[in-house]
Amino acid sequence: MSKSIIHLENIRRDFIVGDETVHALRNVSFSISEGEFVTIMGTSGSGESTLLNLLGCLDTPTAGDYFLDDVPVKLMGKAERAILRNRKIGFVFQSYNLLPKTTALENVELPLMYNPGISASLRKEKALKALESVSLQDRVMHKSNQMSGGQQQRVAIARALVNDPVLILADEATGNLDTRTSFEILVLFQQLHATGKTIIFVTHNPEIARFSSRNIVLRDGNILSDTLNTSILLATDSLAALPKEKD
Amino acid sequence: MNITNLLRIALRALANNKLRGFLTMLGIIIGVASVITMLAIGQGSKRSIQEQIAEMGSNMIMIHPGNMERGGVRQGASDMQTLKLEDYKKLQTETRYLAAVSPSVSSSGQFIYGANNYPSSINGVATEYLEIRQLSVQSGEMFTDQDIQASAKVCLLGKTVVDNLFTGGEDPVGKIIRFNKIPFRIVGVLASKGYNSMGQDQDDVVLAPYTTIQKRVLAITHLQSIFCSALTEDLTEKASDEITQILRQDHKLKETDADDFDIRSQQELSTMLSSTTDLMTILLACIAGISLLVGGIGIMNIMYVSVTERTREIGLRMSVGARGIDILSQFLIEAILISITGGIIGVIIGVAASYGVKIIMSWPIFIQPWSVGLSFAVCTITGVFFGWYPAKKAADLDPIEAIRYE
Repeated sequence: MSKSIIHLENIRRDFIVGDETVHALRNVSFSISEGEFVTIMGTSGSGESTLLNLLGCLDTPTAGDYFLDDVPVKLMGKAERAILRNRKIGFVFQSYNLLPKTTALENVELPLMYNPGISASLRKEKALKALESVSLQDRVMHKSNQMSGGQQQRVAIARALVNDPVLILADEATGNLDTRTSFEILVLFQQLHATGKTIIFVTHNPEIARFSSRNIVLRDGNILSDTLNTSILLATDSLAALPKEKD
Repeated sequence: MNITNLLRIALRALANNKLRGFLTMLGIIIGVASVITMLAIGQGSKRSIQEQIAEMGSNMIMIHPGNMERGGVRQGASDMQTLKLEDYKKLQTETRYLAAVSPSVSSSGQFIYGANNYPSSINGVATEYLEIRQLSVQSGEMFTDQDIQASAKVCLLGKTVVDNLFTGGEDPVGKIIRFNKIPFRIVGVLASKGYNSMGQDQDDVVLAPYTTIQKRVLAITHLQSIFCSALTEDLTEKASDEITQILRQDHKLKETDADDFDIRSQQELSTMLSSTTDLMTILLACIAGISLLVGGIGIMNIMYVSVTERTREIGLRMSVGARGIDILSQFLIEAILISITGGIIGVIIGVAASYGVKIIMSWPIFIQPWSVGLSFAVCTITGVFFGWYPAKKAADLDPIEAIRYE
């Protein structure tokens, strides 16, 4: 068994809405090892967004322990968690969240700007490498509003890769894309997985689970099922099976 | 995050919203420009008044008789005869701080030359009077000490008197005019000095030897006043003390007696007028300062809009590792950049406008370097002050909500 990247122990997260307490997560425990491609699924309100926020160190649990790469997150303050996010996590959002009127290169450089240990030249070098790994080396100076949705999401993935994170967190990353582009993005994720990256992909779409190595399903704040996928579909095959687009 | 990165981000954000940034800046530009222009006008008029006083002789000291009681009855100023010729002689010989001393006696009446007549007053003085009042002779020459000893009936005319009496344009030097039936020979004409800051015509003047006025016109032996000039302007106060000492001794006043004379220096007048113009400057600067404040509120307003508009950007920056302090500095630097750029443009426009006022309206202006520095500092502080709250609001956003903000 390889190294455990994520370790959750009896995680509970309560929200107080008015004078009512909402239990978003009731008692969640699991571990994710290095190199896994995990999909977390659940219907709206099952707690999957809360879990994502916790995993992404944007939020802290009400009770229970969370270790990210052996670092106990629960005791950390806001600023410390920001630094932790900067060094260990890459986010990919449904709506890309690129900076408007800003080039692909500058968007990808963004996380490194918040790392004072990285010089401007190293920053550019790393960003170019990340853009190359998502096959956007010829779109470096394109501005975010001059690119298609698929290209924008690839810039976002490059941005998530640029700081060499231990974990890539994708929140419904194909939600805004058409089928073909979705598969293209999934191909990219599978390629990243193949190079040993740990990926957590939160989605409502059960189809995506078939491309991952492990699937966790949440319901009402509890884990309903946690299954390893033995027959992983290849996104490249699905992409090839799609009817040819008319030009 | 280091300062270069912060500056780059702020510059990019401003570049993305050029028109808005400029309009926000406009408030600061107008504020700073008006502060500088108003202070320049205020300081300029103060300077010009000080210059005029200096022209009149800023080191001038006037001694008038004053405050005499006879058996408990106060005397009117014109009745007072406390200043004597001996006082003048004493001052001349005993002083250390005075450059020149001149007695003064005057009488008003009608001047007549040919068919023209003109009402003015004739001033009996010593030759030093020219030095004290910074007067100069344009044509002819000043009467001499011999004229004073002889009580000669000679006089010098100011330009206004010349213009009124010699309407034909002939040369007045050598002509005889009459003052209350007494004939005076004109020996010189004074150079024109124009009006002083209080609107008095400084050319409406006739000078004659004081002995002549004392004996032939007024038939008195006392002096109406004594004019002195201190060695320098700074010595005015010492000179005044010295005069007091000499005159008290000369008048044999006891310790308990009040002075029976009154000393006034131009310095007092200068201080009084300066305080008036200072007040005016402060008022002008206050009005201009208010416009700077309004400009600052403009920055605050636009920064609030900007924070709301860029909530998602803030959320994203936080999720990729920006700490609260990073976001705070980003927005603060943006606000400061707006105010500093506005400040620089405002300084340029303010200086240009000041010279514009000087050229077009021909008002005296003076730009004091500290006023430029001050308004620049104030607008930077304005940027920090009014940028702080919106920046704090941005820094306190919850990244979870910010990233999904629609």
